[in-house]
Amino acid sequence: MEPMRMRATIQGDVADIKLLINHPEETGLRKDPKTGQIVPAHFITNVTATVNGKQVLSAQWGVGISKNPFMGFKVKGAKAGDKVVVTWVDNKGETQSGETTIGS
Amino acid sequence: MDALRRNILKNAGGVGAIGLAIGAGLLKPTLALADWNKAAFDAKTVPEAVKVLGVANAAESKDIVIKAPDIAENGVVVPVEVTSNIPGTEYIMVLAENNPTPLIADFDLTNGAMGYVAIRIKMGKTGPVRAIVKANGKLYTAFKQVKVTIGGCGG
Repeated sequence: MEPMRMRATIQGDVADIKLLINHPEETGLRKDPKTGQIVPAHFITNVTATVNGKQVLSAQWGVGISKNPFMGFKVKGAKAGDKVVVTWVDNKGETQSGETTIGS
Repeated sequence: MDALRRNILKNAGGVGAIGLAIGAGLLKPTLALADWNKAAFDAKTVPEAVKVLGVANAAESKDIVIKAPDIAENGVVVPVEVTSNIPGTEYIMVLAENNPTPLIADFDLTNGAMGYVAIRIKMGKTGPVRAIVKANGKLYTAFKQVKVTIGGCGG
C-alpha cells in the first residue's frame, strides 16, 4: 500500500491540513470493460484525524468520494510542531494511518 | 469483545477477512467501532438520507459557502469545499442530490477543527451539491448547482 501523502502548514494559529490517500474507491456499480463483470465495491468508510492525540475530525465516507481521495481540513489553536495523525478504514477492513508534523 | 465484534460485523460484510485483520493487528478497534450508517449511504433520495441521520429540516443559510466548479467537465472528480462561517459549527454533511445515492460524506468536527472541509466527489449528473451544517445543535443548509458534462458514477 502506498503511503498517505500529507501536508500541514500553519498561518497564525490555524493549521491547514491536506492529504491524499491511494485507494480505488470502487462503487460496486462499475463493470470491468474486459470481463463484463461488476467490480466489487471497495471504498473507505471512516476517516479520523487527531492533533497531538486529540480527535479533531471523524468522518463517514460513501462511494461518492473520488478515487485516490483528497481531504482538506483546518484546525484552530494548533501550533508548529504539533503531530497530525489520519487513519482510514475501508469496507473490506483494510486500514492505514499517516502522520505529519504541522509546519514541516 | 462481543460488542466490538458486533460492530465490526455490522460495518463490514466479510467475517473471515475482518477477523484475520484484527488478529494481525491491522484493524484498529477504535476505528472499527466508528459507526458507518449503511441506511443513510444506501438512501436513494436526499430526504431519506437526512431523515436517517437526523438532520432533516435544516434552515437555508448564506453563512455556508460551497466552492465547486459551475461546470464540471468530468463528474469522476469534482472538487468541493464547504466553509461554514456559523459559530460553533460541529458537523458538516455533503450530498450530491442527483447521484444514485446522494450522501457523499459527513464530518464530525471537534477540539478546534474549523467549519471547513475539502473533498473531491463523484457526480453522476448535473445537480445541486448540498451541505448541511450543525452548529450549537441547530441545522443549516446551502447548495450550489454544478453542471456535469460527463457523469462519473460508473467509476
